[in-house]
Amino acid sequence: MPLTLERRMEPSRTANILVPILSVLLALVAGGVLLWLVGVNPIETYKAMLHGAFGSAYAISETLVRATPLMLTGLAVSVAFRMLFWNIGAEGQLAMGAFAASGVALFLPKLVPGISAWWLLPAMLVGGFVGGALWALIPAMLKAFLSVNEIITTLMLNYVAILWIQYLYYGPWKDPLGFGFPGTAPFVDAAWLPRLKDTAWLPQLFNTGRLHWGLALAIVAAFVVWLILGRTRWGYEIKIIGENPRAARYAGISIVRNILLVMILSGGLAGLAGFVQVAGISHRLQQGIAVGDGYTAIIIAWLARLNPFGVLLVALLMAALFVGGDQIQISMGLPAAMAGVLQGAILFFVLGGNFFTQYRIRWTSRQAAVTGHQ
Amino acid sequence: MDLALILSILAVAIQAGTSLVYASVGEIFTERSGILNLGVEGIMIMGAVTSFATAYHTGSLAAALAVAVLAGGALALIHAFLTISLRADQVVSGLALTIFGTGLSAFLGQRLGPAGKPLVGLVGPRFRPVAIPGLSDLPVIGNALFNQDLLVYAMFVLVPVASYYIYRTRPGLHLRAVGENPGTADALGIGVYRSRYLYTIFGGMLMALGGAHLSLAYTPGWTEGITGGRGWIAIALVIFALWNPYRALLGALLFGGVNAIQFRLQAAGATIPAPFLNMLPYLFTILVLTLVTIYEKTSKHVGAPAALGLPYVRGERTG
Repeated sequence: MPLTLERRMEPSRTANILVPILSVLLALVAGGVLLWLVGVNPIETYKAMLHGAFGSAYAISETLVRATPLMLTGLAVSVAFRMLFWNIGAEGQLAMGAFAASGVALFLPKLVPGISAWWLLPAMLVGGFVGGALWALIPAMLKAFLSVNEIITTLMLNYVAILWIQYLYYGPWKDPLGFGFPGTAPFVDAAWLPRLKDTAWLPQLFNTGRLHWGLALAIVAAFVVWLILGRTRWGYEIKIIGENPRAARYAGISIVRNILLVMILSGGLAGLAGFVQVAGISHRLQQGIAVGDGYTAIIIAWLARLNPFGVLLVALLMAALFVGGDQIQISMGLPAAMAGVLQGAILFFVLGGNFFTQYRIRWTSRQAAVTGHQ
Repeated sequence: MDLALILSILAVAIQAGTSLVYASVGEIFTERSGILNLGVEGIMIMGAVTSFATAYHTGSLAAALAVAVLAGGALALIHAFLTISLRADQVVSGLALTIFGTGLSAFLGQRLGPAGKPLVGLVGPRFRPVAIPGLSDLPVIGNALFNQDLLVYAMFVLVPVASYYIYRTRPGLHLRAVGENPGTADALGIGVYRSRYLYTIFGGMLMALGGAHLSLAYTPGWTEGITGGRGWIAIALVIFALWNPYRALLGALLFGGVNAIQFRLQAAGATIPAPFLNMLPYLFTILVLTLVTIYEKTSKHVGAPAALGLPYVRGERTG
């Protein structure tokens, strides 16, 4: 065989950057073929998606709004994936974060009448974090103490969490004045995350749309995660466990403790995504809070190679696909699910492309191929 | 509880469990060869949408099953190529398959109806119960077991055949060898890559049939997210079953039974709110998985193929 494979000593830097970019392009080509097969002009569709996601100041703000929970769930998942804890449960942790933040928003003002946003919003934020973290602790404890497969448990708990919030907004928390609308009563004004257009000192750029301060929270969260992973002993321990659990055990690193702590952080971050959705966008707990961001987070984390700042960037790209997908549904009557198809395809290409960051393909003479093979 | 009630629960349990049996037997073949396929949910849902669309447009249930099998095989081939040839992470590739399949099924479900309209709400041909003369008249269990649809009967055949194949035939021995110790299998002349490709694709075909049973028999028609996590329950069942098809059947019937009881309670106007009843299968999965894990730990019985999830590279040490 004149074609030989060599394992690279170091992952290729060029390939590291090229693979995600090429993956996105190839996925767009594959999606284009699918569109063409169902009788739609792919170029027109992509143009409409691009315009829908970035075509105006309002479109850009919608894309950023959509990106905010994706950034937080993407961070949540990437923290857990760092130590090879497969948290597929960000969806449910987001739902439980939304539930807890909503609980605070609905009932704290009744206990403390006239509470100001300066107290209520932080209380909701803490509620969201704790709600997600506690939910994540269930599979974390099952894994840490009984080694129960976390992929299955985190996933099953997603369905349970979503059914739980459905129970609340169809049942005991349902808005009595809502004419049967599946949702709680709207929160008091103090529980609304301020919009950027209402913030006087910001430049004109942000004077439109629903963009809210949750975006800043996501960016701060990325910094915090970066600090923890790259600059602390804890982050170092997480890295070692992820790369070589046996070595970690020999080095005296407690795996049980780290599973629990990492899942508190991971679930908490996903819970914050739930908090920003109810406090920033819906202003109530309602249908459509858990729309799959916990699953998209897996693609984001992997595409970003678990890098916190990469997560911010990739979340933006995924948000653009979603907002663009909504746009083609409105303007061209095409399924918005196109976004999901493209995202899945991107992940396939990234996975395939990783091969080229780790291996080098060489054309060699027959002679060299024989001697090169020990 | 009287006997009639128990039997009617058994009949529903078989119906509800059939898709799980196909999916978990498919996953057993895949995992026995050393490949972990977490794309079951995505393959099942693609099986459901493609088979329903085909049945609706052609009127042929046979064609519907054929298309589902092709779709399932094709999706599993992607997983096989990524994990076997390109040595991609099996967990992430499987997750990608589920995300892709779920997205694509939603896309197709909105386009494959008449004149590019959605499939949702359409009524197409379906598998109806066919009473087997003689057997269905058997006292007590006859009606529950032998007044079912064709896919259920095929499942009754699939389980013993799969079990016989895995434990009692030479190719079955090779399959287990590839999953337990690919290096040795390779040295004995068994094609490791070839069998992994083969069983991953075959497994995907079975998973798609499971999905087809949902949209053509159990809950006829297409709704987005029709599988509702059944692919994941099937993966849990494989662990519960210790990679044995008979135990997978038993587990699937148990889950079907939970479903059946849930419907009973709902129909009887139970005071428990519906969302809590709907949580039962998921909570039950966690409970069963936990108990099985504890059992495996205390009895030192490990059911998982030793090389499960590890890429095989000829001439390199794995693990």
